[in-house]
Amino acid sequence: MDIFGIPIQALLGQLMLGIVNGSFYAVLSLGLAIIFGVLKIVNFAHGAFFMLGAFTAFLLAQYMGANYWVTLAVAPLAVALFGMAFEFLFLRRLYGLDPIYGLLLTFSLVLVLEGGFRIAFGSSGQPFATPDLLRGTLNLGFMVLPLYRGFVIVSALLLCLATWFIIERTSLGASLRAATERAELTQAFGINVPRLITLTYGVGVGLAAFAGVLAAPIFHVNPSMGSSLVIIIFAVVVIGGLGSIMGAIVTGLGLGVVEGFTRVFYSEFSSTIVFLVMVLVLLLRPAGLFGREEG
Amino acid sequence: MRPLPSTLIALGLLALLAVPFFPQLIYSVFVMETLCFVLFACAFNLLLGHTGTLSFGHAAFFGTGAYATGLLVKTYGVPTELGILIGGLGAAVLGAIVGALAIRRSGIYLAMITLALSQLVYFFFLQAPFTGAEDGLQRIPRGTFLGIVDLRSNTALYYVVLGIVGAGLWLVWRTVNSPFGHVLRAIREHEPRAISLGYPVARYKILVFALSAGLSGIAGSLKAIVFQLAALNDVHWHTSGDVILMTLLGGMGTVFGPAVGAALVSTLNHYLDPFGAWVTVITGLIFMACVLTFRQGVVGQLSQALRTRRSSTHAARSSHVTTSINKD
Repeated sequence: MDIFGIPIQALLGQLMLGIVNGSFYAVLSLGLAIIFGVLKIVNFAHGAFFMLGAFTAFLLAQYMGANYWVTLAVAPLAVALFGMAFEFLFLRRLYGLDPIYGLLLTFSLVLVLEGGFRIAFGSSGQPFATPDLLRGTLNLGFMVLPLYRGFVIVSALLLCLATWFIIERTSLGASLRAATERAELTQAFGINVPRLITLTYGVGVGLAAFAGVLAAPIFHVNPSMGSSLVIIIFAVVVIGGLGSIMGAIVTGLGLGVVEGFTRVFYSEFSSTIVFLVMVLVLLLRPAGLFGREEG
Repeated sequence: MRPLPSTLIALGLLALLAVPFFPQLIYSVFVMETLCFVLFACAFNLLLGHTGTLSFGHAAFFGTGAYATGLLVKTYGVPTELGILIGGLGAAVLGAIVGALAIRRSGIYLAMITLALSQLVYFFFLQAPFTGAEDGLQRIPRGTFLGIVDLRSNTALYYVVLGIVGAGLWLVWRTVNSPFGHVLRAIREHEPRAISLGYPVARYKILVFALSAGLSGIAGSLKAIVFQLAALNDVHWHTSGDVILMTLLGGMGTVFGPAVGAALVSTLNHYLDPFGAWVTVITGLIFMACVLTFRQGVVGQLSQALRTRRSSTHAARSSHVTTSINKD
């Protein structure tokens, strides 16, 4: 069976790859949106933390023989702790200044981390084994799904939904949203806002690292795996607007799918389609699909 | 904003003119590279320092200039000076387009949009059939300047580069000190007020984008002629980051601070080149220090120190006057 002259197997395969990429976009832009909401800083280092997650998992597996499930739990935590230390020691000094300085500071962290890992491990990728449990494939009748990819999609979506639930439906989330709207007033109600900010940065960074561990078996683990991704994430965020959590998730997934289809029909544009969509959105709806006009 | 003491400028100019006569002391190709980055950083600062707009994609303009000039001179045999001019114009047109798109949002979003658009330009130069992909455009002939001066000689090329960069810097200085420059500063300080005063702010922003991009493009064109190479490096976001660092390090509140920053960063890149990725790490650390503690930059800090000293001596003198008045 063909659709527009393309075998349906190939089409579904690319679509699935698109959803996998889209899940990464969703998790990363979600973290970026949470951090921006509370810190008012665009975390350029988001891709670097993604890379750090993958590398931490790689190192844990390589030198401590940790199995995949342990690395999936430990690596994001370790990276989150590192991120919180960075926020506590450095990023904190820039609050109240032009948000551009926050962008530049996190950019400088990208240079240090990427350069550091390139010195230690070289530019080429390190292979990372898929866990035994998820090696096989699943025959869905209409297509064959590699188990690991299915696992990535499901766990990324669950993570997004859990984050959405915590922010929108729990008391911790309520104080977080309060701090987003009126930090000083929230402080006056006895909520420790500086600690909340550090925690938020930790969660956002942890999400990025988690995505990094998920990505490790699919892409090779290499120092620059995050930086090209973070630029795409910026475009996603410009398209979706940083204002809404659901917006970030939906836009991320949607653009992954669009990218997958582009790879089938017009592969030359597959690496640029997200940027082209961004141009289109800027022309038609400058505030972004889910965005409010920024003041 | 005070101009640097004129003796210092005269001395610097004299030193620059003398460079080709002391090849054992300093390598003129290195100075030419630095001059290209000086122009690039000062042009970039028209946006960051003088309009308060952070473009995170200026490598796109630098690289477009380099590729356009390289292509014209190498493939179509266009005379070098015309190639450089068209390279600058091409970058200016791209700057106007990028500017028109980017100013639909402001602040931090604008930075992200310019970065994304420059990545689009990067992929264009990676995939286009005429740019040599990973290899870039190599062996671009230097040609002659105005059909008279043979640019294969480093000394001749050096003076041509010095002249063009000087003219570019003069244009930046004129722009900043023109009525147009004042409007830009008004936009930086308080955009809504500038709008309410009736200035077509969007048009000003697009214009300054085009001007800044055009001069950045000329800087890129010159670099392509000097090294006879236009490569993906020139359009990479690393280069966009470098030019921000140069500006920040030199002092974005000043006209020629970025020139000092460019000289420092390009010296660093030059001497640390053999150490590979260490350059990136050290650049990152300097960047971090700049953002955290040194936001006025070298020139900004110096001129502030000068100003405080002058005003304190002034204050001492006036207090002396007051005491003498009191005595009377």
